[in-house]
Amino acid sequence: MKQLLSIFILFALLGYGDFSFAETAVPVPPAANKGDTAWMIVATVLVILMVIPGLALFYGGMVRAKNMLSMLMQVFVIFSMMAILWAIYGYSIAFTEGNAFFGGLSKMFLKGITPDSLAATFSKAVYVPEYIYVAFQLTFAAITPALIIGAFAERVKFSAVLLFMFLWFTFSYLPMAHMVWYWTGPDAYTDASAAEAATATAGFLFQKGALDFAGGTVVHINAGIAGLIGCLMIGKRIGYRKESLAPHSVTMTMIGASLLWVGWFGFNVGSNLEANGLAALVFVNTLLASAAATLAWVGAEWLLRGKPSMLGGASGAVAGLVAITPACGWSGPMGAILLGLVAGAVCFWSVSMLKGALGYDDSLDAFGVHGVGGIIGALGTGIVASPSLGGTGVWDYVAGGVAEYSMIGQITSQAWGVGVCIIWSATVSFIAYKIVDMLIGLRVSEEVERAGLDVSEHGETAYHI
Amino acid sequence: MKLITAVVKPFKLDDVREALSDIGVSGVTVTEVKGFGRQKGHTELYRGAEYVVDFLPKAKIEVAVADTMLDQAVEAITKAANTGKIGDGKIFVTDLEQVVRIRTGETGEEAL
Repeated sequence: MKQLLSIFILFALLGYGDFSFAETAVPVPPAANKGDTAWMIVATVLVILMVIPGLALFYGGMVRAKNMLSMLMQVFVIFSMMAILWAIYGYSIAFTEGNAFFGGLSKMFLKGITPDSLAATFSKAVYVPEYIYVAFQLTFAAITPALIIGAFAERVKFSAVLLFMFLWFTFSYLPMAHMVWYWTGPDAYTDASAAEAATATAGFLFQKGALDFAGGTVVHINAGIAGLIGCLMIGKRIGYRKESLAPHSVTMTMIGASLLWVGWFGFNVGSNLEANGLAALVFVNTLLASAAATLAWVGAEWLLRGKPSMLGGASGAVAGLVAITPACGWSGPMGAILLGLVAGAVCFWSVSMLKGALGYDDSLDAFGVHGVGGIIGALGTGIVASPSLGGTGVWDYVAGGVAEYSMIGQITSQAWGVGVCIIWSATVSFIAYKIVDMLIGLRVSEEVERAGLDVSEHGETAYHI
Repeated sequence: MKLITAVVKPFKLDDVREALSDIGVSGVTVTEVKGFGRQKGHTELYRGAEYVVDFLPKAKIEVAVADTMLDQAVEAITKAANTGKIGDGKIFVTDLEQVVRIRTGETGEEAL
């Protein structure tokens, strides 16, 4: 009897189970999309390629031969140091909920992240593994401080560079990344009140509506301003405008710029987090803006200085890449060309005329290209994102469509981003340089500067010919 | 004996060597040098920073000859290195007191 009863119960359960399966699907736990995951792994590798060896060679070629290794070494070690800091506390401060300026410490040491942890994308119910999101964002955190060294190349102590980068990363990069990029993800945007509640937990500039697709503000303006403050406080190189400080190998610089260009497809397209149609648009925008800026820089140079130079071509490509970075997910292809043309011409003006007129020695134009190009891109995003100019407009996750676009409103939001970034980065940089100068001194002695940083600071020579 | 020091355009070096071989000169010493003369340098422009390159690359050829060979050698170099354009270089002639062939210990014109 007891046996019969249990068989009956078993049948009933099976029957009920079958029945319920047919009626309402058992909810599938959310999982990462394999295609998106594969793309993000590739994109992360591409951004690493931008830094080592891309940026290192781009900068290295522009210094004198006696300082070649110092550039390579600074980029190489900054990259490694930022990677570790990112895992210890950087990711947590940038990408967990906290206040509008700093995130929390709940994911310090990457606590609680497992292979099953998911990170939100820009589509509802689409995810990528959190580990690859951590790694992708790590590469951004690593390249940004490395960009700054171009401003004070050839005259700063290696130890001073590392200490400054630790301070600047902690108090400028992390809060800027949190302010611009931190949000809960699109799933929370179910209705107007839920959206409002979700947005209230996001970063300060996210709440202001500032758009920065891949880091025009967080990466380029942020680094450019830190560079400008640096070269103003550290002073000019010995022999500036008196002796020849010409690049020792424009060939290396061309190789570096080309690696930056290729890697930038990981930087910009990867920032889409999904391998979809929008990613393809970002790709096209990135390609066209850099090509347009190359032509604009070289053209301006040819017209005003008589000769088109390879260094100009390489610089133009980078200026275009910088300028399209914030806009690449919202601009149309023609908007990207426009942005590239403007960035190429204006950055040429800033490094060849503005710098001379103001008299600061931004050795490799970290401010002239990244700062100026970043500002053009950030403000220009407000223009080229407009659907009336072929842009995509801004997506409204509650309505499930493109929101009504106000160009004045968007440019105002963009100006908030630019303004906050300039003031924040300048303040943090100023204090950080002061601290480093007091503790270990920023600048090498005149003797060391004359001999070159390679042999004095690193005990080796780049070329034995 | 005379020592001829000729500073010529680098791409004319092979022509000069051939011309000297043709008249029987059996050895020369060549150095890559930089300098300036009436030919002005050029300017290079890097991101708007203009650098004047005053010292231009030249090839310096040193030839020791017997007194009887001097005119012929100078003429051979002059002809071979001439392009007719500014910057062709110069030839200096100085007295040479002694020459020693290290392997054999021969001295004077025998050592040339």
